[in-house]
Formats: sequence, C-alpha cells, structure tokens
Amino acid sequence: MGWETVIGLEIHVQLATVSKIFSGAATRYGAQPNTQACAVDLGLPGVLPVLNARVVEMAITLGLALEARIAPVSFFARKNYFYPDLPKGYQISQYEDPIVEHGRLTIRLGDGRDKEIRIRRAHLEEDAGKSVHDAFPGATGIDLNRTGTPLLEVVSEPDLSSSQEAALFMRKMHALVRYLGICDGNMQEGSFRCDANVSVRRAGAAALGTRAEIKNINSFRYVEKAIDYEVERQIDLLENGGKVVQETRLYDSDKDETRSMRGKEDAHDYRYFPDPDLLPIIVTPAQIEALKRLLPELPGARAIRYCQEFGLAPADAEPLSQDRSLADYFEALAGSCGDPRQAANWLNGEVAATLNRQGTTIDLCPVPAASLGALLRRISDGTLSASLAKQVFEVMWTQRSEPDAVIEARNLRQVNDGDALLALVETVLAESPEQVAQYRAGKEKVFGYFVGQIMKRSQGRANPQQLADLLRTRLAPP
Amino acid sequence: MDAGFPETLWAQAQGLRSGAYSSVELTAHYLARIARLDPQFNAYITVCPDRARAQAVAADATRARGESGILTGIPYANKDIFCTRGVLTTCGSRMLANWAAPYDATVVARLGDAGMVMLGKTNMDEFAMGSSNETSYFGAVRNPWDTSRVPGGSSGGSAAAVAARLAPVATGSDTGGSIRQPAALCGISGLKPTYGRVSRWGMIAFASSLDQGGPMALTAQDLALMFNAMAGADPRDATSIARPPEDFSAALERPLAGLRLGMPAEYWDAAADPALQAGLLAALENFRALGASVREVSLPHAAVSIPAYYVVACAEASSNLSRYDGVRFGHRCAAPQDLADLYSRSRAEGFGDEVKRRILMGTYALSAGYYDAWYRKAQQLRRLIQQDFTAAFAGVDLLIGPTTPTTAFALGSKFEDPLTMYLADVYTTGVNLAGLPALSVPGGFINSLPFGVQLIGNYFSEATLLQAAHQYQSTTNWHLQRPAMAA
Repeated sequence: MGWETVIGLEIHVQLATVSKIFSGAATRYGAQPNTQACAVDLGLPGVLPVLNARVVEMAITLGLALEARIAPVSFFARKNYFYPDLPKGYQISQYEDPIVEHGRLTIRLGDGRDKEIRIRRAHLEEDAGKSVHDAFPGATGIDLNRTGTPLLEVVSEPDLSSSQEAALFMRKMHALVRYLGICDGNMQEGSFRCDANVSVRRAGAAALGTRAEIKNINSFRYVEKAIDYEVERQIDLLENGGKVVQETRLYDSDKDETRSMRGKEDAHDYRYFPDPDLLPIIVTPAQIEALKRLLPELPGARAIRYCQEFGLAPADAEPLSQDRSLADYFEALAGSCGDPRQAANWLNGEVAATLNRQGTTIDLCPVPAASLGALLRRISDGTLSASLAKQVFEVMWTQRSEPDAVIEARNLRQVNDGDALLALVETVLAESPEQVAQYRAGKEKVFGYFVGQIMKRSQGRANPQQLADLLRTRLAPP
Repeated sequence: MDAGFPETLWAQAQGLRSGAYSSVELTAHYLARIARLDPQFNAYITVCPDRARAQAVAADATRARGESGILTGIPYANKDIFCTRGVLTTCGSRMLANWAAPYDATVVARLGDAGMVMLGKTNMDEFAMGSSNETSYFGAVRNPWDTSRVPGGSSGGSAAAVAARLAPVATGSDTGGSIRQPAALCGISGLKPTYGRVSRWGMIAFASSLDQGGPMALTAQDLALMFNAMAGADPRDATSIARPPEDFSAALERPLAGLRLGMPAEYWDAAADPALQAGLLAALENFRALGASVREVSLPHAAVSIPAYYVVACAEASSNLSRYDGVRFGHRCAAPQDLADLYSRSRAEGFGDEVKRRILMGTYALSAGYYDAWYRKAQQLRRLIQQDFTAAFAGVDLLIGPTTPTTAFALGSKFEDPLTMYLADVYTTGVNLAGLPALSVPGGFINSLPFGVQLIGNYFSEATLLQAAHQYQSTTNWHLQRPAMAA
C-alpha cells in the first residue's frame, strides 16, 4: 500500500510598512546594525507599544482577498521566552483570537485542475532581532534593526498533498501579497518565508501521521526539496519499523537535507496571555467595507476578464494577471496599441524575455506602455515588420527613446513600395542564374537564399510578406 | 515651618506669585532639609541638587517673563519608578542601580513643562512590589511618625518625603494600593486616578493593567493642582484615555449637600480594629455634617480581591520583568560562562527575594495546564469585582471606608511573612482590579499613628473625589499635623 503526504504551511509575510508595528522606527532593510532600533524596540524600562494602524488595514486586505472572516475583535498576546535577540523577553503576537480566520486560496495544479487550499488563520506579530554568530570571535552580535518589523503569519490547513502543491501554494500567496502591495516579496531579505508541517500516512488512512515542522524556508525551490527530503525520510523510517517524532527541523540547502533542531520535549511553554499594554483590535463593518472598495481586482478575476473581454487564451491571460504592475502595464498597452492580443503576445514574448535576460521586473522596464504601444502601431500600419520592431524595441530599451525617432534615425522603415521591391528582386535574380535554375528544377530550399540576399541589400527592411509574394511570382516557371 | 516657607503647594504658589520668595530660595530650603533630615528616613534614593537649582533658576526666569503657571517653581519629589532623562532611575532595584534613563516619562515631562522643580528620586519597594518599603535594594524607608515603623509601600519614599516636609508634593504609582496605603500610614493625602488618566509611558511597569501614576500631597487641594498637570491622554500609551481637559480644582469649594456616600459592608467588617472603626465613624460624622447622606452597600466579591490581584499582578510582572536579562542594560553578572549562566546569575543577583517570589508565582499562574485555574479564573473574578462596584455606584456617588486594616507596623514585623503582608492591601486592590479612582486622606490618629480614610469613586469621578476630600479637610485638621521628627 502506498503513502500519502500531508502538508500545511505557515507563511510569514513581512508587511511593507514604513515604520514598525509598535514603534516609529524605520523598517528599511540593510541599515547599519542597531541604527533602526528605538527605545521601544530595545525594550527599555518604561516603554510601551503603540499599534501601527497600517498593519491592521493590510491584514484585513489580505483577509478579504482570501475570502476569510475578519474578526470584529481580536487581541494581542505575549509569547514569553528568553533569547538575546528578543529584547522584552516576549514577542507580541496574536494567539487565541487572530484577526483573520477561515479563508481559502485556489491553486492551479500541473494537470490544469484547480484545488482549493483552506486558510486556517492569519495573525499579526512583531519580528525578533537578529543574532550574528560569525562577526565577533567568541561572542554573538545582536542587531535589533529587525525587531518590531510587522509580520502577518498565514497558516494553511493541512490541505497540500505534495511538495509541488506546497510550492504552488507558496508562489500563489507570494504573488497575491505582492499584488495587494502589502509585502515586497523579497525572499533573500526574508520578507517572505515559510515553515512547513509535513507528515505521511498510509493511503486512505483517516488519522494524520506525526508531523515534523521544517523551519524558515526562504525559496520556492527549497520548499519543494526540503519537503521531498522530509517525506522520503519519514517513509524510510516508517517502513523500517521506526517512528516519526514530533520535532522542529531545519533544512540545509547545501547538503539538501533536514536536520533535527529541537524535539517536542524541548518545546517552550510560551505562557501566552493577553498583552495588557495594547487595546483589542476593533474592526468595524464600515472599515471592512472601505477596504473592500480599495481592494484591487484580484488576479483570478482579472484573468477571466482578459479572456472574456479581450479574447485571450487562458494560457496567455494567466501570466499577465498574477503581477499587478504587469497587469496594469498590459491594460495600458492594450489601450495604447488597440490590439489586446498583440499586446499580450509582446508582453509574454519579447518583453518577458528581455526582462528575464536583464534580470529586472516590469516596474523597472525602461520602455513605458505608451511608447511600446506606439511601436506596436507601427507594426499594424505596416511601417515595421515584426523583426524590425524587435530591433527598434532593443534601441528603445537601451536609449529610452520613442519608436518613430528610432525608425527615423536608423532608417528602419519597412520597404513596402512594390516597385522598389521588384527592382531588388530583379537585381538579385539576375545575379543568381544558377540558383534560379536550381529552384525551378524543384530545389525549393533555395527560396531562402533569395530572401536572405534581398534582406541583406535592404538592411532587413523589405516587407517580408510582399517580398515572398513577389519572389514567388517572378520565380514561377515562365 | 522654619525659614518662613509655607508647607502646602497652594500656599507656596501664592508666595512665589507675590514675590515673597523665589523658586531658587524655596528649592534651596528643601535641599537643605533633605540633607539635614533625610538620613533618618531614607526617603530619597537620589537627590539632584544641581538639576533642581537649574530648574528653579529657569522657573524664576519664566515667572519674570510673566509666563508662569500655578506650578511654576514648585519643588516635588519623584518616585524612582518614573524615568528621568540623565538621572538614575533604579525602581528600587539592584537590577537598575546603574541605569540612568535616556528619556523622560510623560509624567516627568508634563511636570517639567508646568515648571516644577524635581528635588530627587524617592525610595520605593523594589519594582513597586511591597507594602512596607522594606524590599528596596537601597534600604527600608522609615516612617516620619515613628522611625521604628514602616511608611507603607510601595511609594513609601514619596509618602515619607511629603510627611517629613522634604517635598511639598510627590509622584507615586499605585498598582494595588501603593499610593493610598503609604499615604494613610504617613498621614498624608494620595490620589490613585482612574486607569488610563495618567500616561504610563516611562513609568516602569510592574503590572501593566493595574499600574497608575498619581499625586501625593498634604492636602486634597494640592493633589488637584498637581493632578491637573499629570493627567491627560498620551499618544505613546495606548491605554491612556482621551477626555476633554478638566480643571480638577474647579469644584473643590462646592458644598457636599446631596452627596450620597456608600459604606461597603465588607470594608467595615467587625474584624477591624475598634479604634479604627471609631475613627472612621467620626469621619462619617464630618461628612454628614457637610451635607452628605450615608447608606450601606455591598461588594460581595471583596474577599477575593487579594487572591485575584496577586495572580493578575504577578502574572503580568513575570512577563514585564523578563527584559531584565543582563544583555542590554542593568545588572550583568561578572564573567558569564554561557547564555544560561548570564541569564540566571544576572537575574539571581539583580532581583531581591520579593521580586523573585512574584515572578515565580506569575510564571506558575501562566503555565500550560495552570493558566485556566489561575490566570483565567483571576480575570473572571476581576470582572465580578468590577460589576460589584458598578452595582454599588448605581445608588451612591462615592464609597467610603478604611484605606488599611492597621496603622503603620513595625519594621521587620511582617517581612518574613509575605502572606500577612499581602493582607495589608485588602481594602485597596479591588479598586485597581476595577480600574477605579480612589484617594486616601488622613482621618486621625490611633496611638499617635495616622490612619487613612479611603474614598472610592466611579470612573473619571476624580473631581468629585477631590471635592469631597477638600471639603472634609476644610472641617478637619488631621492633614495639617506634622511629625515631631520633621521639625
């Protein structure tokens, strides 16, 4: 009998606020150690936390996008434990009453089926500081810049049944929080990371197996590899008569393995209790309505609209709708060039390839949608062939110039003039009697030779369609 | 009083305004008294002569510019629980014996903005945990009425300083009676405001849901004047409450005719000392003579306020005091071997026994498997206690009763018996659990030791409390008695 994998993810979403969740200190990444930690972050005697109202709005926004219940009243609790990078000796988090509960997020599986993953809860909390173990010989450095950075921890139900599903879910959540503008999604800087709860059981078994929690995974690739390793480890263990123990494990990407970090017996008693320094978070229906109105059209709805309104194929609509900037760019481009399908082809083709090659994103694209739209219009009106347009696009990218200026300056206008083209054709045919004879003898591959010669002489500007027609007419047996 | 300075804030303000003396002179007078008399009381942990003189000079300059208010140039003693920029802020603990706060508590900033002159930082029970001031790392405070006795706690240094005329007024903080109990035992007046009236920013936390700062003074009128400057919402304290500004001295002279007083049966129980009963009844007569009516009310859950209080307060304290770990500030043990050693020795050396006892009790009450039986149960009792008060206030304006079950006890007499010590808070903790305002005013003497009359009001009724106390003090002179040792 086979094995079944059961996975639940806890995703830590760092909220993109300017200041911290309970203090006015900046949240900017990469500052000199301890330059962004104020008295509140240091946990000095007498200081008090004050909630940053933005984080509540961001939590509600995600809750709405996940079709979740927004708690009208939720509380902050203290999670008590000692650690040098936890200045107060407790972390302010939400425990019994999180702000978001019972949501769902749909992922598209490899075979095209959709699967709904239930979201158990999402709660607000502050991040801890950072221990730096390798900077000082014989001592540990403490950097409290990250202390108090706002986090939203999103916890799924154990609805994921493979490492691929887990990675798809993580990607989907990543796209969503970036789309909503509540997280910058930078995984290298730790803005988006997850813990995976993994267990296995005999196929068809009702009860869940004992789970292990893999901590702090910060890439889509690693979530897949870590789970694959862990699933294999657990199955090996069980098939050899062993038992999985409930524990916390760490994924080592260098060795591609998970290692035990601490067992259940070492688990802390966090002694959660309501934080008396903070008032309950009260969310009114009016506030929810206001945020709902501000909610952007979500990726799923947007993709469906692109298919219905613009006649795009789902495979073309999907990639354009996942990233809000890209989708906005697409809509601007479609409007500007007047041909949504052409816009989609260019964005998913040439533009995506160039962005990828340059390692950048649409937000940093040097060609504005209006300029690209003008370029696409030059294809539609016959001024440019597709390949000429790519040349122009390249120049526009590097020189940040407008298409007409590039066409003019480089004389890239397509030759559509029949007489001029015919003259070129005549010249080349006259110079290549041998090839003409071969073609007429049935060697049709030679056709490409003529096209190449004529393109060369026209600096690639000959209208390819007209050229092909002319050639065929002239090469037809007399 | 010697050198011709009056004793109350109110009278001193008149003298400063008329130019009878300057703030510099008034301040020098108090600094000299502290130097001469405080060694026998130990009311101050830190005296700040230079800082005080500079503030007095500035206050006199403000007055010369015609920009003074009623508090400009008035000296005060500051409980060492309020962070004061650049000044040692020890909270009575070895843990913070080396810690100069890098910022001002909102209370300190507000009193400074009002032009008050801080004479120094007063002694207190360690982290405000105690009812006798004997848990201070800096030694016990002695009661100015009898130096073999305790001043009460935890604001014992502030109470003793005001009683001994080592400051006209002082700040205090009250978590379970820490303003009212020492005020009663030292024969002065003290106000514990409604929870949320006074900002807790910079007031070092003991039990966050109970802690509340307030004024301590000789008279209710002085309490009102100082409270005017202390109260007010603070964006840095989420639990502070925004209310329209109020002048707490405006209603002081209004007669009490029609005031309805309630006597909680549970506070007037037969077990109380007959002399205390007699004293309280005499105070009741004063109030009747002023036009108040008196009736009996009941607070059925009064008996559980002590256990509920000690569970909630200790639970919060166990978490609040986790930050004292030897890592960033405060006491750190010598040559720690590893992280666990750093934590355990720094905390073992930095905290005294009472603080450790309460951290242990609080940790226990929050632990897995015990939380429901202790912390959650205590919170449920807290709601019942609060409902008792609300029900009582449906029929009366203020409650009246004793502040403490006894007068000042001998130093050392209860120190080894914490449970008996905790019972000293029997009449005061309910108010903190409910978040209500209350004050203690001197009600007379028993065997030459002062006792207090406690008045408890509904939420935000400080103006009525102060009016009642002021009217009472206009027909009595207990509050004007001065200990012989304060001569």
